[in-house]
Amino acid sequence: MVLKTEPFVLNIGPVHPSTHGVFRMRATLDGEVIVDLEPVFGYLHRGIEKLAEERTYTGVIPLTDRLDYLASMSNNLAYVLAVEKLADIAVPERAQYIRVILAELQRLASHLIAVGSFLNDCGAFFTPFLYMFREREKIIDLFEMLSGQRLLYNYMRVGGFNQDLPDEFLPALRILVKSMPGYVDEYDRLLAENEILLARAKGVGILPRDLAISIGASGPVLRASGVKWDIRKADPYSIYDRFEFDIPTGTVGDCYDRYRVRIEEMRQSLRILKPALEQIPGGPVKSPVPHYLHPPAGEAYARIEAPKGELGFYLVSDTSIAPYRCHIRAPSLINLTALRDMAIGWKIQDLIIIFGSIDITMGEVDR
Amino acid sequence: MKFERYGKGIAKGLTVTIRYLFRHPITTQYPEQRLTTSRRIRGNELIWDNVKCTGCATCAKACPQGAILIVTAVNPMENRYAVEKYEVDTGYCIQCGLCVEACPYQAIYMGYAYERAKYRRGELVQADEMLLTSEERQRSGYMYPDIAAGLPEQTLLIDRDKVEE
Amino acid sequence: MITSPGPDLSQYWSTLAPDWPGGFWWHWLVFSVIIIAFVLLLVMGFVYIERRSMARMQVRLGPNRTGPFGLLQPVADAVKLLLKEDIVPNTADKLVHFLAPIVALTPVIMVFAVVPFGDGALLSDLNVGILYVVAVASVASVGIFMAGWGSNNKYSLLGAMRDVAAVVSYEIPLVLSIIGVVLMAGSLSLNQIVQAQGIPFILFQPLGFLIFFIAGCAEINRSPFDLMEADSELTAGFHTEYSGMKFALFYLAEYGEALALSSIIATIFLGGWRGPLLPPWLWFVLKVIIVFFVMVWTRTTFPRARIDQLMALAWKFLLPLALINILITAVEVLAWPEGLPWGLIFVNIAIMAVLVVLWSRKFKLGWGRVEV
Repeated sequence: MVLKTEPFVLNIGPVHPSTHGVFRMRATLDGEVIVDLEPVFGYLHRGIEKLAEERTYTGVIPLTDRLDYLASMSNNLAYVLAVEKLADIAVPERAQYIRVILAELQRLASHLIAVGSFLNDCGAFFTPFLYMFREREKIIDLFEMLSGQRLLYNYMRVGGFNQDLPDEFLPALRILVKSMPGYVDEYDRLLAENEILLARAKGVGILPRDLAISIGASGPVLRASGVKWDIRKADPYSIYDRFEFDIPTGTVGDCYDRYRVRIEEMRQSLRILKPALEQIPGGPVKSPVPHYLHPPAGEAYARIEAPKGELGFYLVSDTSIAPYRCHIRAPSLINLTALRDMAIGWKIQDLIIIFGSIDITMGEVDR
Repeated sequence: MKFERYGKGIAKGLTVTIRYLFRHPITTQYPEQRLTTSRRIRGNELIWDNVKCTGCATCAKACPQGAILIVTAVNPMENRYAVEKYEVDTGYCIQCGLCVEACPYQAIYMGYAYERAKYRRGELVQADEMLLTSEERQRSGYMYPDIAAGLPEQTLLIDRDKVEE
Repeated sequence: MITSPGPDLSQYWSTLAPDWPGGFWWHWLVFSVIIIAFVLLLVMGFVYIERRSMARMQVRLGPNRTGPFGLLQPVADAVKLLLKEDIVPNTADKLVHFLAPIVALTPVIMVFAVVPFGDGALLSDLNVGILYVVAVASVASVGIFMAGWGSNNKYSLLGAMRDVAAVVSYEIPLVLSIIGVVLMAGSLSLNQIVQAQGIPFILFQPLGFLIFFIAGCAEINRSPFDLMEADSELTAGFHTEYSGMKFALFYLAEYGEALALSSIIATIFLGGWRGPLLPPWLWFVLKVIIVFFVMVWTRTTFPRARIDQLMALAWKFLLPLALINILITAVEVLAWPEGLPWGLIFVNIAIMAVLVVLWSRKFKLGWGRVEV
């Protein structure tokens, strides 16, 4: 007698423990195997793009903080680069060096959370998560020294920075850069070769190279699938062409490759930070910009390599005090479109891991 | 999916964890021990100086949330505005500090304290004399380097690395 | 049997003899009280040890506010659970839902009837001791299935069925690895197994210890095999619909099973109450705590296995190794010359290393992607 089975729909609701924000998935299951997946998002939509049309160009900067709230400095940097492209404003040398230092520190902090929560989703019960948070705490202390807040910094301005670095910032950063590689090696030793992790994550959720390019994926997701594309090398912004670093790529494009790519990127960030610390010049940190900026009419698109991928700001100006239109190209949303193709054929527990390895933040997806 | 590495990876992970058992934990007991915050902290309240303020409302225009309400009256004798009401709704405030940067007369400061929860929502709206600086309401050094020089140094977690070296 | 009973240590302590005034009933009463007190106290101690050690390994402090050093934390947990409202779902099967925690907890305490706390100091010296332990411990999984069924909840049932499948699969390597110890000691009675350990059996049976430990961790749903009660997986497990005292009984049953497993390991592999200077019950408690600490250590470090990888580990890795272990032990018991125990230890450890390496190369864990 043939057993008659039918697929049933499981709702992995907006509130669940292994979530990376409020995200809902409707999975059609046949036994334990996923047959179809439909993501539903929009629970965190706050209308940032519309609100940006009612604030001055400086007043939009606190809004951009709240996009990817785990990597605030990168969002600020992308927006400020777009405005400077629009209004044709040059930035002094010292400010450029500080921007590179802050962007790389922010990449370290964001990848620490990404790796920590990925390992937490695999089931390692918070141990690697707490170790990574200890490192992130050191970085956040430095950011607090600069800007006064621990998560939403609002530090970059059009034309540079309003406040210079305090005196104790650079010595503390030197200690951090010296001690950090040892800790990254320790995390490698903790779980990188663990057989259970290898069995869980190797070969799971493969994103083929052609699919990754055709959906427009970027960041570690793209690089793990074997495409050597990094905006810091392909289309350098700020002063990244003065620094020497490698681009780690994976081969297969499974969850394990994405995890390895993020750890290697942390090492490369440390490689950029070291010479930047030595070469930082003196001088002013802000070029003179009027308080209420009226850029000439036109449009500009600026993109950076944010920790999650390619973050782009498209600004249209009509010489008034606020942007006419501000559109944000969010990397998490574009990378998320690959979830369905990656997850079909695997089981529910694999779905949690695959979703964790893409590393999204719902603030960006929903804006 | 083979059982590669014959259990060596598992053993390596175990050695890392057991070593942490003998290290000092990094958490602090909160109400008894408090860490010193940064000198430029954008704390939970705003502090106003009614002597320097001229009622120009640049801060209200710069605020992204519209949390500042200023009511002025004309004072023709001294040829300046008289500020009748200066009200900040700290419930709306997102502590971005744009008002502090915008003020041309340096009459507004960010607060230094961060534990300013209230029991009623009405108490979050602060006006006039409630906003002046005092013993309990210290000013933070955000955009004011001379005030920052007088505040205590921040406790950094990286300092423990320096000691353990 | 090839192992000697070791030196006669009974001059260092006095044993609790069963022939008291009042005889059998006094013995039963005293030991029942001792066992229940032991289980309850040590389970609370285990909850505390686990939370503190795991916190220390995760670079934070554990609970340290309730009582000096946080020692009253389990008491606080128990009081909280007692005061909670007992919610029973409307469409649940009332009798099954009520009986499930009891059926899950009682076998755990019954295991301790044959565990020796000293030389001859146990509730009843059954001469099929270890077989009784295995039989009684399997009843606990019936309790778990009753919990899943009686909740009338699709996801609890799924979780309970997964749990029963895993427990039943891991029973077989568990039992087979005990046979190696029994062959070496020559008896099924736990008291005689301890008396036969001049040198602890962990050195003679390293492979058996490994298999017993892994299978035991899977039986009691501890990490890395705790997907049945994990928070970050989807189905919240069989104890979703329980609150208040019934949930406390499940919690107690979980740590009680950990205690039972640690006691059995300490008895049959580590030498029970044997040891030089301290009184025997203290040695027993120390060994139990050390085994539990190793379980906490593995829980802190490892990620979780997937359900098909779990089953593959039981059937394809542990079961053949357990069978080979029995074969080798039988050959050694028959053919090894007397008086060379240390050579035997080296040979056994070498065989275990070779087997683990060989099997790892050929072992394939679970399915891959299924074509849809």
